[in-house]
Amino acid sequence: MSLLHLAIVSPLLFAIFIPFFYKYFRQIHTGWFLLPLPILLFSYFISYLPETKANGAVSRTLSWIPSFGINFTARVDGLGLLFALLITGIGSLVVLYSIYYLSKEKEKLNTFYVYLLLFMGAMLGVVLSDNLIVMYAFWELTSFSSFLLIGYWYHREKSRYGAQKSMMITVLGGLAMLGGIILLYLMTGTFSISEIVPMASEIMEKPYFVPALLCFLLGAFTKSAQFPFHIWLPDAMEAPTPVSAYLHSATMVKAGIYLVARMSPVFAESGIWLWLVASFGIVTLFWGSFSAVKQTDLKGILAFSTISQLGLIMSLLGLGAAALHYDTVEDSFYTIATTAAVFHLINHATFKGSLFMVVGIVDHETGTRDIRKLGGLMSFMPITFTLALIGAFSMAGLPPFNGFLSKEMFFTGMVRILEVDIFNLDTWGILFPVLAWIASVFTFIYSMVLVFKTFTGKFQPEKLDKKPHEAPFGMLISPIILASLVIIIGFFPNILSSTIIAPALGVIMPGLVFDVHISFWHGFTPELFMTLGVIAFGVLLYTTLDKWRQIYDLFPEKLALNRFYDGGIEGMQTFSSNLTRTYMNGFIRTYLVYIFTFFILLLGTTLVWKNAFKLSTNDLSSIGFYEVLLALIIAAASISILFAKSRLTSIILLGAVGYTVALFFVLFRAPDLALTQLVIETVSVSLFLLCFYHLPKLKRDEERIRFKAVNLAVSIGVGAIVTLIALSAHSNKLFDSIASYYIENTYKEAAGKNMVNVILVDFRGFDTMFEICVLGIAALGIFAMIKLRLARRNEG
Amino acid sequence: MLEVIVQISLLCISIAMVGLIYRVIKGPTIPDRIVALDAIGINLVAVIALVSILLKTNAFLEIILLIGILAFIGTVAFSKYLEKGVIIERDRDH
Repeated sequence: MSLLHLAIVSPLLFAIFIPFFYKYFRQIHTGWFLLPLPILLFSYFISYLPETKANGAVSRTLSWIPSFGINFTARVDGLGLLFALLITGIGSLVVLYSIYYLSKEKEKLNTFYVYLLLFMGAMLGVVLSDNLIVMYAFWELTSFSSFLLIGYWYHREKSRYGAQKSMMITVLGGLAMLGGIILLYLMTGTFSISEIVPMASEIMEKPYFVPALLCFLLGAFTKSAQFPFHIWLPDAMEAPTPVSAYLHSATMVKAGIYLVARMSPVFAESGIWLWLVASFGIVTLFWGSFSAVKQTDLKGILAFSTISQLGLIMSLLGLGAAALHYDTVEDSFYTIATTAAVFHLINHATFKGSLFMVVGIVDHETGTRDIRKLGGLMSFMPITFTLALIGAFSMAGLPPFNGFLSKEMFFTGMVRILEVDIFNLDTWGILFPVLAWIASVFTFIYSMVLVFKTFTGKFQPEKLDKKPHEAPFGMLISPIILASLVIIIGFFPNILSSTIIAPALGVIMPGLVFDVHISFWHGFTPELFMTLGVIAFGVLLYTTLDKWRQIYDLFPEKLALNRFYDGGIEGMQTFSSNLTRTYMNGFIRTYLVYIFTFFILLLGTTLVWKNAFKLSTNDLSSIGFYEVLLALIIAAASISILFAKSRLTSIILLGAVGYTVALFFVLFRAPDLALTQLVIETVSVSLFLLCFYHLPKLKRDEERIRFKAVNLAVSIGVGAIVTLIALSAHSNKLFDSIASYYIENTYKEAAGKNMVNVILVDFRGFDTMFEICVLGIAALGIFAMIKLRLARRNEG
Repeated sequence: MLEVIVQISLLCISIAMVGLIYRVIKGPTIPDRIVALDAIGINLVAVIALVSILLKTNAFLEIILLIGILAFIGTVAFSKYLEKGVIIERDRDH
């Protein structure tokens, strides 16, 4: 186990000790013990920057199940490192924030930090695993720990609902991804991503290519809350705010983005990939920003804004795939979409993290997150307001913050796609810039709503539970750091470009040469005018928000996706319980009908299908008079049982059948069988009589058995099938019997003259032993049933 | 010669048994059926004895004895059931 492996699993290992810290150091907030770990990991991962910059990847393997090709291969390359830095960096800030956010008296901190560490370790595992199966394992661990964190306040119904919903949707995607992994394995014979990537062009020809692609995309879309799987994210806002900041803005929801970026070298040459990723992304972008405007909960706005920003990144990743089709190095402007995706990924993590923390502060200091109750907080919380302003302006894409740069590049990527002449992009591609522009206008509006509805306007103290005041300094540290990053990246974007972004791009699109340079000023380009248009229209629409808000009421509740999800879950439950009720009706007779019907169908169709029925008369012995007579007797008795008027008659007739069978044994020269049969028949007839006596008096039903056509058909069918099979089995004898061995050796080997008995106790004594066991169990069972029942009756 | 006689005897007994079976099926009362069953048992003894002669074996002689015992036990059990409603009486509680 190398240091790298230790770094990945260290959060998981550290989680073991958290409960001890919590229990034995109650006066110290448990978060302080935890804080050094992500900071340490962050600095550790920083040390990898030079290596990945030199376009290398560091890879360490730890054998896990080598016989199946499943090894824990940790591989740090540009993309993995970018995510690892996000996870550990924002992780440190979130832990610091949570120390001030969660009260050590009221909350169960041990569970919180254990879940958080589980998540952190899982997320590091996802981004740094080269082996797909290991990545899947960590992937499910992120779903699982996210489930636990969303349901942290498990006594609230909404938390449980949100946790269940996110679990359902993300696990659906996770399982689809597992399917994709297996399909990829079938095509390539390896689970290692770095070995699969060089095979990308071969894979495209294989029949499983498209199913594998779809499976991976389903996994990525559910995890990253893409339309229409975005519905879990707003409900996940029931989690504590540090969790929302960490999982549901900066890290976990980007796991899907990571997956798309990671699998791009494998799938991106296909037009399906480009179209699906880009169009789902752009629709998500539009729908998320459109829905965010109507939210009244601050975290609701942020949730939909996260959805829409993730859609933005996703669509850029999709369109970036077009670059793979133009491999001229000079003409690298198609790569701008991917560059924008990675750049915005970083930017989004910074400003969204700080915005969530700001919202948490507002919630913490005022007791509500409802924008209808908030207003005029600017003078009470000046620092928080400044942070919110920076975050929101960056989110809206205004200069001089980092969001502006990535939004410009986003527009560039979207506009340039019009020049691409493959996959019908030249005809339908026009939708991308148009939708992107509209979505940006909405983004502008909700960003403004977020800041100005909360911090400006009329102060309404009567609606607030607490008297608002500025947050403690410790709570402000993390958002201040993030907001400073927003500004620093905004002014000096190139500190990222060669160190982090270029290596990450090299992973997403191998073989292309990148010279990333993010410039602040492009000149008077169409993008600039688009941004100006966004601002102008955004301001216009924001000021008239109350006048056109009604259009949201036009959308019927019935068409909401949540309604669909809830109805779907409920519908599936009622459908399956109804379905179960239709055939599991509790009547044994019905189940017997099923069993026998399938018996007939399976055997009958096999007989017909395999053409197995054969009738040969070669091997038959001649029929004697007595056999005919006995057969007639047994048939008469059997048929009479069906028509017997009383149960007693049936029992007597059954006895007659049994005795006739004994007579058959005599006729066919089986004295031992005949002996046993006679005794057993007598005993069972007496037992039947015993049962008969104990039947309850009221319901004693001496009527004839009612006639049922289905039963008749089924019983005739079973009889016919068994007869046919017996006939063809007899006609298909392939081998001679082994009986001659017994005949020769009964006396010689086993010193007995009775061959049946010698077989029973000598040649095949094991069977006899267990038959004795069966009888013993039956006797004990009967004894126990009678005795225990009596004991219970006596008690009562 | 012996064989022919045995065959004829078997035939006769078979006819008798068919008649008894008819009685078992037809009834009309339970005692009718029980008596018929008892008689079937005794007829079985005869049948098995004759078959043994035919097959020239003495392997079936135990069965003859057994049928004798069982027919008796069975008939007694049925009769007791008809008489008292139970076959094995419990010890009196008092």
